[in-house]
Amino acid sequence: MTELTLAKALGSGLRRALSDDDKVVLLGEDIGALGGVFRVTDGLQRDFGTERVMDTPLAEAGIIGMAVGLAFRGYRPVCEIQFDGFIYPGFDQIVAQVAKLHYRTAGNVRMPLTIRVPYGGGIGAVEHHSESPEAYFAHTAGLRVVTCSTPQDAHSMLREAIACDDPVLFFEPKRRYWTKGDVNEDAVGLPMGKARVVVEGTDVTLVTYGPLVATALDAAVAAADDGISLEVVDLRSLAPVDFDTVSASVQKTGRLVITHEASESGGLGAEIAATLTDRCFYYLEAAPVRITGFDVPYPPAKLEDHFLPDLDRILDGVDRALGRANSLTGWSA
Amino acid sequence: MSTTVPVKAQKSEAKKQNPEFVQLLDPDGIRLSDDLYDPWVSDVTGDQLASLYEDLIIVRRIDTEATALQRQGELGLWPPLFGQEAAQVGSARTLRPDDFVFSSYRENAVAYCRGVKLPDLVRVWRGTAASGWDPFSVGMATPAVIIGAQTLHATGYAVGCKKDGVDSVAVAYFGDGATSEGDVSEAMVFAASFKAPVIFFCQNNQWAISEPVGLQAQRPIADRAPGFGIPSIRVDGNDVLAVMAATRSALDRARNGGGPTFIEAVTYRRGPHTTSDDPSRYVDPVVATEWEARDPIARVEAFLRSEGVLTDELAASIQSRADQVAAEFRAGCLGLENPEPLSVFDNVYATEHSGLARQKSQYKAYLEGFEK
Repeated sequence: MTELTLAKALGSGLRRALSDDDKVVLLGEDIGALGGVFRVTDGLQRDFGTERVMDTPLAEAGIIGMAVGLAFRGYRPVCEIQFDGFIYPGFDQIVAQVAKLHYRTAGNVRMPLTIRVPYGGGIGAVEHHSESPEAYFAHTAGLRVVTCSTPQDAHSMLREAIACDDPVLFFEPKRRYWTKGDVNEDAVGLPMGKARVVVEGTDVTLVTYGPLVATALDAAVAAADDGISLEVVDLRSLAPVDFDTVSASVQKTGRLVITHEASESGGLGAEIAATLTDRCFYYLEAAPVRITGFDVPYPPAKLEDHFLPDLDRILDGVDRALGRANSLTGWSA
Repeated sequence: MSTTVPVKAQKSEAKKQNPEFVQLLDPDGIRLSDDLYDPWVSDVTGDQLASLYEDLIIVRRIDTEATALQRQGELGLWPPLFGQEAAQVGSARTLRPDDFVFSSYRENAVAYCRGVKLPDLVRVWRGTAASGWDPFSVGMATPAVIIGAQTLHATGYAVGCKKDGVDSVAVAYFGDGATSEGDVSEAMVFAASFKAPVIFFCQNNQWAISEPVGLQAQRPIADRAPGFGIPSIRVDGNDVLAVMAATRSALDRARNGGGPTFIEAVTYRRGPHTTSDDPSRYVDPVVATEWEARDPIARVEAFLRSEGVLTDELAASIQSRADQVAAEFRAGCLGLENPEPLSVFDNVYATEHSGLARQKSQYKAYLEGFEK
């Protein structure tokens, strides 16, 4: 057991993957000598060489498309997209090629790509550096989409994603890169497709993932001070969603709040609310509540606190789910 | 002339080299000399050229049959290769089994040369399957419909070959329209930077559906590659011998660590873009007639007859063989079975997927409801 930051835990996961399987190759911009703009790949090119850890030209379609060809050749490529907002030039290769080639070849060609994407806001960045594009990919058949919230999950889930024979979009909560936690490299963790109940509770199920798991945990503590028991579920996998775990929680609490940084319309929250309403209709005491980023472009840094769901907005949503005074009803307490 | 003797240009008859592109057999079937590219086909005998002639006849016959099948309602769509036979056969016949092709949807003659089974050519066009064939069984990926996307795949595959220390080569087939796509430019950047053993084989058939090549490029397309640091060859795409020579030289460079080559095979799409297209709205018939005179098959026939290799008897037997292939092709197409309904869920993922498993079980129960 070692205490590592989430970024270092990802790096150690990549290191193990490179050691365990010589078909694993890393591709990306600035991942070599620099070690990536977030230093996740720090030291890997030095230790594994330029054939295993390849700096690429600045072209996201090129990175993903080249990885497709490497997969045809039996390789297991791990692509780094430098920032969330830079993934769109590679979008066609991801949704039209990576996602569909197993289908298009009747299962004869596997696409075991892992596409790492630092995502989300909260770091005071400029445009295109704080986005949450996960729903685009969760909507696409053929892809798996996962995200981590702890150093242990970062390490274990990344190795599992790389070993997976399906393509995996691996979203890394960049504002949590510096969060520290114990990492056991040999731990047999929860499979990456499973959601985790992080805190058990009885009154309201609070579903979230990635960067907002820490915020949700803070909300659970604050709510407890107010006598409200939140059950916090870390989804971990966004495609497919582990609806069994979420359903079990909602059947217990009867109330559901979903929170994510991504914009509300067409987001994961909508999918979860719809599915849980379908599966748990007679258990629900109130309509599911979504607390999300607004349907606006990611705003300037000095406005991001008004975009990102925080502890108070989440608690406001919890109040709404409980039929208590909240910002929308305006009811007095 | 003995049919095992190489088909060399007769110095006394040799015309000047064609300044427009590499050409070894002119439209009249005259064997031109080319100091640079003659050596690449110096071993090709009359018999071998006759075999290529047979390929050209057969792939044109398959193509004609496929268009007929579409007109008869047996295929949803077909993208004819009529006019581009030499570009495809001349290049594909130079490849080794361990080379790997990434093509667009029009390379059905390439697929034939790679050994794709006849009915597999039309599974996708008949709508009975998402996939035509197993890419690993023939060394050719199933076609990319998104224009130019496969050039990156070929580049990645080639980088993999280099990593593996083998001298296999990846070949990307695409058209003149594709050269405007960013993916193709990115592929050339990556291939050049990583010195990937890949051939960018562009069939400039003058048309991207209704758009003339002049809308894609203001200069010969082959001129673009050197800017990326990639040597290029402009070849008469209707000359099977010249295409073979150009491809062999590119393969040799790739196998020996020289990296990528760009080949522009200048040809002409004599048919529609697909069976849904109507070229009468945009093709000048005068220009089309000019290209008819540059037919890729007629010149080989003229040459082989002048050399005494092709007799009426052999020509008839080749035509009969082509008709036989077309009959097998038709029978194979009509014999393709419709897929089982629940196979709509197959092969989306390589591993178990809880969401899809649930949808499949629900749809299965729904379908079973009709049987009660």
